[in-house]
Amino acid sequence: MGKIFIAAGLALGLSFGVFASDASASSGKAAPSQEWTFDGVFGNFDRAQLKRGYQVYQEVCAACHSLSQIYYRNLSEIGFTEDEVKKIAAEFEVPRGPDDEGETHEDGEQIMRAAKPFDKLVQPYANEQAARAANNGALPPDLSLVTKARKGGANYLHALLTGFADAPEGFKMQDGMSYNVYFPGAQIAMAPPIDDDAVEYADGTKASKDQISRDVAAFLTWTAEPELEDRKRIGIKVLIFLIIFTAMLYAVKRRVWAKLH
Amino acid sequence: MSENTRKFKNPVINWIEYRLPIFSFIDDSVGSNYPSPRNLNYWWNFGSLAGVTLVVMIATGIFLAMNYTPHVDMAFDSVERIMRDVNYGWLMRYVHMNGGTMFFIAVYIHIFRGMYYGSYKEPRELLWIIGIVIFLAMMATAFVGYVLPWGQMSFWGATVITNLFSVIPFFGDSIVQWLWGGFSVDNPTLNRFFSFHFLLPFVIFALVFLHLWALHEHKSNNPTGVEIKGDADVIPFHPYYTAKDAFGLGVFLIFFLGFTFFAPNFFGEPENYIRANPLVTPAEIVPEWYFLPYYAILRAVPDNFIDAWGILPVIITAKEAGVILMFASIIALAFLPWLDSSKVRSAKYRPIYKQLFWVFVADTFVLGYIGAHPAEGHFLLIGRIATAYYFFHLLILLPLLGRFEKTRPLPESISASVTNASSEEGQ
Ligand code: HEC
Ligand code: HEM
Repeated sequence: MGKIFIAAGLALGLSFGVFASDASASSGKAAPSQEWTFDGVFGNFDRAQLKRGYQVYQEVCAACHSLSQIYYRNLSEIGFTEDEVKKIAAEFEVPRGPDDEGETHEDGEQIMRAAKPFDKLVQPYANEQAARAANNGALPPDLSLVTKARKGGANYLHALLTGFADAPEGFKMQDGMSYNVYFPGAQIAMAPPIDDDAVEYADGTKASKDQISRDVAAFLTWTAEPELEDRKRIGIKVLIFLIIFTAMLYAVKRRVWAKLH
Repeated sequence: MSENTRKFKNPVINWIEYRLPIFSFIDDSVGSNYPSPRNLNYWWNFGSLAGVTLVVMIATGIFLAMNYTPHVDMAFDSVERIMRDVNYGWLMRYVHMNGGTMFFIAVYIHIFRGMYYGSYKEPRELLWIIGIVIFLAMMATAFVGYVLPWGQMSFWGATVITNLFSVIPFFGDSIVQWLWGGFSVDNPTLNRFFSFHFLLPFVIFALVFLHLWALHEHKSNNPTGVEIKGDADVIPFHPYYTAKDAFGLGVFLIFFLGFTFFAPNFFGEPENYIRANPLVTPAEIVPEWYFLPYYAILRAVPDNFIDAWGILPVIITAKEAGVILMFASIIALAFLPWLDSSKVRSAKYRPIYKQLFWVFVADTFVLGYIGAHPAEGHFLLIGRIATAYYFFHLLILLPLLGRFEKTRPLPESISASVTNASSEEGQ
């Protein structure tokens, strides 16, 4: 009986999950599964990969995409030292608050100061209108949560970034669009952002298009789920405890009920 | 009064018990002095599991509420702050998110259990109806809760569902505006939904209390559906069912926390991790899985409903018919005690009902599947057939079946069935 109800619960849960997940699969080609270090019950981020991914984001994607949930201080979680974080932050400028006289502007210009670890990553555009104006009317979405906000997560990102191609003959392309089968409708308003050697990795890793896509996808998985490692580590402990404890409860139940017969 | 006071070994407990007989109350409710049928199987675990889940939802919800900001400009970011900067905030939120799913899994199984064993029949009709009211309150709670993180599905789900009320004759539009607190889903809507979301679980708690009160009056039904006749039929709740429920809880928590820790967004919709945007409609607006069957029923009515049947004066529109059917599909459940005409409770002794029960379960799964797909083409057709069958089962089959079905002989008593069962298949 016990097995039946576990199975029933699983079936109910899984079937609905599966049903729900293919609901909008019709929109773009399904991304092939890649191997990730953060997959599975014991998955972990590869710090070196996250750092490379940050470099890609900063040198390429940050020209158009914001990362609004992330503060410079968060970068210490992917392996940068505190000094490095301070240095990274100091390369950017943010509006300075009012001084003792209440001044924020000088000669009509906003007074700036160097960014600090407690600041959010500086965004490429002041507002949505500016972003659209710079991108032919298209809006580059914020990437903080993008792996959670798309079916396929990191796999989708990797597929999207490596999936640009020439449109097949007869396919009607609109102006300024790029062909990409993984994007719903196969036309995306983002030009292929990376190519082989689009960045030069400090750690000597060969910067192939595939490698760059993988690294930035891993980095954006971290920005979406910074708790992933804690979650899995605690989860394993909790489940091991529960399995042992439940086995004991089963023994207790058997013993209690044995009295009945 | 005082002669009713029970004696306990511990003097402190005795002191309290004499003034407030709470310990005998516990003992009479879930303790050694509450007699339960001796043959309850594991399907009877889901009531207590739902109860535990309610407590988990309230506990995690309170912590979320400490850090959540019900404002359209801040709600989404405040939830992300909970996920990132609040200590163990991610745990609270993922437990709460998956807890909603687990609550519905437990309650759906609990409801199907009642249908299989005929637990709604005399004298448990009110117990059953209170259960349906709890179910409705849960749906309301989950619906307003899902709006709180203010993602795309939050916003558009709220827009679609609140719009349903516009079909109410004469007052529809005013009611919708009143629900919104304005002319669209906006900040006042979010504020009041938060308020309702905080309140409703406590209403559910009170309803659960009534539910249990009614339960304890006539005790649990059991797999045979035969009433308790004597002492041989019952065993004390404690330690027998406390032990069994505790084991069941362990298994349930493994399932619950397995998802929470290792696939926390499995049941969720990716679209809801995109901030709400009133100017961008998602390609597809899908509710959480537990609403999918109702969503399928809602959309089952053909748009050209009236034309299709050649009825000239337009009586109701397709949308109105869909809304009525959707609410009717739940309200009909409340009438089960009267719709099901069979004198025999348990499907164990009703060979035809037993099969129809599983067909009905399958039908709800089909509806769920259809609810996750756009209402077009063969999805729409299957959805209509499944909707029709849903009502056919409840409104036509059940009333007729009880008159014609040849039931198997019932055991003399629960204890008789238990002693025979050991030679048969066993429980
Ligand atoms: C020149 C500006 C520009 C650069 C550089 C750029 N993007 Fe984009 N990106 C866009 C625009 C514009 C869109 C919106 C496309 C649309 O909606 O059709 C977009 C969309 C996206 C999307 C969303 C696709 C979807 O499913 O909706 C992702 C993910 C993305 N970009 C990732 C990246 C990554 C990763 C990089 C860096 C390697 C990058 N982009 C670099 C302009 C850019
Ligand atoms: C019957 C019990 C309850 C159910 C079924 C329920 C359901 C839900 C659901 C489905 C969500 C959306 C989760 C998401 O996708 O992010 C949610 C969010 C929320 N709930 Fe509840 N809830 C319950 C009880 C409570 C209680 C008692 C409180 C507080 C007193 C509470 C506070 C919150 C808060 C603050 C949020 C927003 C944060 C978030 O979205 O994670 N809930 N609830």
